Amino acid sequence: MHSFDLPAPTTTEGLDLIERRPLVGSKRGYAWITEKFSRIVEQKAPFWWWVAVLITGFIASLVPLTLAYQVSTGVGVWGLNNPVFWAWDITNFVFWIGIGHAGTLISAILFLTRQKWRTAVNRSAEAMTIFAVICAGIFPAFHVGRVWFAWWLFPIPNANVIWQNFKSPLLWDVFAVSTYFTVSLIFWYIGLVPDLATIRDRATSKIKKFLYGIFALGWRGSNRQWSHYEKAYLILAGISTPLVLSVHSVVSFDFATSVIPGWHTTIFPPYFVAGAIFGGFAMVLTLLIPCRWIFNLKDVVTDKHIDNMCKIVLLTGTIVGYAYLMELFIALYSGNPFEQWVFLRNRVADPFIFGPLMGVPPAPYWWAYWAMMICNVIAPQFFWFKKIRKNLLAVLIIVMFPNVGMWYERFVIIATSIHRDFVTSSWGYFSPTWVDIGLFVGTIGLFTFLFLLFIKFLPMVTMFEVKAVLPEADPHYDPRAHKKKTGDPLVDSNPQLFGGAH
Amino acid sequence: MSKTKEPALYGIGAEFNSAKDVYEAAQKIRDLGFIRWDVHTPFPVHGMDQAMGLKRSRVSLISLLGGITGSLTALTLIFLTSADYRHLIPEWFPVTLIPSYPLIVHGKPFFAFEPSFPIFFELTILLTAFGTVLGLLCFGAIPRLNHPVFNWERFSRVTDDKFFIVIEATDPKFDEVKTRELLHELGGSQISLIRHDS
Repeated sequence: MHSFDLPAPTTTEGLDLIERRPLVGSKRGYAWITEKFSRIVEQKAPFWWWVAVLITGFIASLVPLTLAYQVSTGVGVWGLNNPVFWAWDITNFVFWIGIGHAGTLISAILFLTRQKWRTAVNRSAEAMTIFAVICAGIFPAFHVGRVWFAWWLFPIPNANVIWQNFKSPLLWDVFAVSTYFTVSLIFWYIGLVPDLATIRDRATSKIKKFLYGIFALGWRGSNRQWSHYEKAYLILAGISTPLVLSVHSVVSFDFATSVIPGWHTTIFPPYFVAGAIFGGFAMVLTLLIPCRWIFNLKDVVTDKHIDNMCKIVLLTGTIVGYAYLMELFIALYSGNPFEQWVFLRNRVADPFIFGPLMGVPPAPYWWAYWAMMICNVIAPQFFWFKKIRKNLLAVLIIVMFPNVGMWYERFVIIATSIHRDFVTSSWGYFSPTWVDIGLFVGTIGLFTFLFLLFIKFLPMVTMFEVKAVLPEADPHYDPRAHKKKTGDPLVDSNPQLFGGAH
Repeated sequence: MSKTKEPALYGIGAEFNSAKDVYEAAQKIRDLGFIRWDVHTPFPVHGMDQAMGLKRSRVSLISLLGGITGSLTALTLIFLTSADYRHLIPEWFPVTLIPSYPLIVHGKPFFAFEPSFPIFFELTILLTAFGTVLGLLCFGAIPRLNHPVFNWERFSRVTDDKFFIVIEATDPKFDEVKTRELLHELGGSQISLIRHDS
C-alpha cells in the first residue's frame, strides 16, 4: 500500500492554486457595496421603472376587477364544471406557492449549509417568495365561493360551536400556507433591519429618515445586538428549512390523500418539493438576470452565482423528470387498471406517436402533458453545458421553459386526473373563461408590480451579509499574506483600509 | 436651554478601520476587565463574541418556549375540538362551553396523532418564529429608536464601512483621560466624548 502513502505537503505553494474565487468581483470594498445598493433606493426612479410600474400596475388591476365580478356573480364565472370542480384556481395556487420555495431554500437551506454565495441573492429571492405567496393565497380564498365566510377556515370560537375538520388536508393547507407566509415575512424583515439602518443613516430627507428609522428599530450595529441577531437568524433558518419542505408536502396531500387515479400517489410530497424548487429557481433567474443587466450587478451576482443556480435547476429538473417517469412506471407496474387508464388515455396518448402506437385515441389534454415533459425534463438538460450556463441570454431563454412547464405540471396533475375518471357518464372537459385567464394574468402583473416596488424602496441585495463575505471582513485577515496569494493591488493603494499603519 | 451645564457623559468612542483592528482592540479591552462597553460593526464579525467575552445568546431559550407553546396549543386545540368526550362531562356543565365537535370522516377515528401532525408541526414552527423574534427584541433591546451613540456624528458610518468601540462612563474602570489614552493606544482614531441628550 505504499502508493497511498503520500508525503505531507512541505510548502503551501500548491494551496495558492486552489484559492477559492472571491464571492464579490473586482475587489470591491465595504463602502462600494453600501454606495451601490443604497443609491438604487435613494436616487430618483429611472424612466423605465415608471413605465414598467404603470404597465404591471395596469395588469395587476385585473385581479380586483375579475374578483369583483366573480364575487358579485358567483364562482360559476370560472370555467369549472362537474366533474372539474377545481382547475386553474388550484393550479395557479400550487404554481405560485411553488415559486416561493426557491426563496426560502436560498435563505434557509443554503444558510444552514454555509453556502456563502447566497448572500448576493437571498434578499430578492425572499421578496419573491412573499409576493408569490400573496398571489397564491388569492386563489383558494376566492375559490371557497362565499369569500366573506373564509374566516370559517380558522379555529375561531363561534356562536354555532362548529369547528373545523382537522383531518382534512385542505385545512392543513390553511395552516401550512399561513405559517409559511408569516415566517417568510418575519425572516425577510429580520434580514432587512441592518440594511434599513444603512438607508436611515444615509437619508437626507426628514421623512425618509423617519420612516426607514422606524423600520430599522434603532439598529446600531452593536455586537451585543449582533450576537442575539445571529442566533435568531440561525433559528429562523433552522425552522424555515423543515417548514419549506412541509409546505409543499402538505400541498401535495390535497391530492395524494384522495382516491382519484393520478392523484393517489405516495411520491407526491418529494416530487412536489423538488418541482417547487425547480420552478422557483427558474423564477429567481428570470428576475435576477434582468436586474443584473439593468443595475450592473455583475460584481455581486457573479457568473458563479448564475452557474450555481443553473446547476440547481438542472438537478431539481432531473429529479422532477425522474418523478414523472416513476409515476408512469408505477402505473404500469401496479397493475391498477384505473391508474393505467388515466396515465395512458388522459395524459400520454398523443395523436402522432404514442397514441397510434398503443392503439388508443389521443388524450384530450395530450398537448398539456407533452408541453410539461418538454419544458421540465428536456429544457433544463441544456444546463449540462458550461458554455450555455455562462451565456446569460441562453440561461434566460431556457428558464422560461420551466416557468411555463411548472404551470403545466400542476394543470396536468389536476385537470387530466379529474376530467375523465371512473364513471363515463360524468366525463367532462375544462376550458378556462376570460375570468380565469384575467385573474391569472392579473396575478402575474401583481407579482411583477410588487417586485418593482421592492427594488425601488428596499435594498435589493443584503448589503451587510455581502460585506461579511469579503476577505477583509475576517478578523484574522492578513493583507500581506493575501497580497502574496492574489496580488491584490488595493493593499498598496490604501494601507489604512487593511489595518496597516495609522 | 441652559448653557451652564453640558449633558451628562455617556462614554468615549473610537473609530477603527478594519475588522482585524477592532477585533484585536476588543480582545485587549476584554482582558483589561471592562464590562460596560460595546463594539459596533457594519456586519457581524466572526468570533467577536469571544473577543468581547460575551456569553452565548439566550434567544434560543425563548424560541424553545415558543415552540413548546405552539405544539401544546395545536394538540389541545385539535383534541378539544375533534375528540368525542361529551359523555365524560357532568350534566350541569353548559353544553355550549364544550368545544367538542366530533366529525365522522371516512370512518377515521375522531382524534388520532397522525392526521393531527401537520397542524401540530406548523403551529410549532409558527410560535417558534414568534418566540425567536420576541427573544431578539427583548435581549437585543430593540426597538430603541434613540440612543446616546447616535449623538456622535461619526457614528453614522457604522452601517457603512467603519468599526467603533464605545466604552461607557458607567464602567467601573472608566476614566475620562486614561480610557481616551487606551483607545488611542489600541489604534482607534477620531476618539470623541459621547454625551446623553441634553
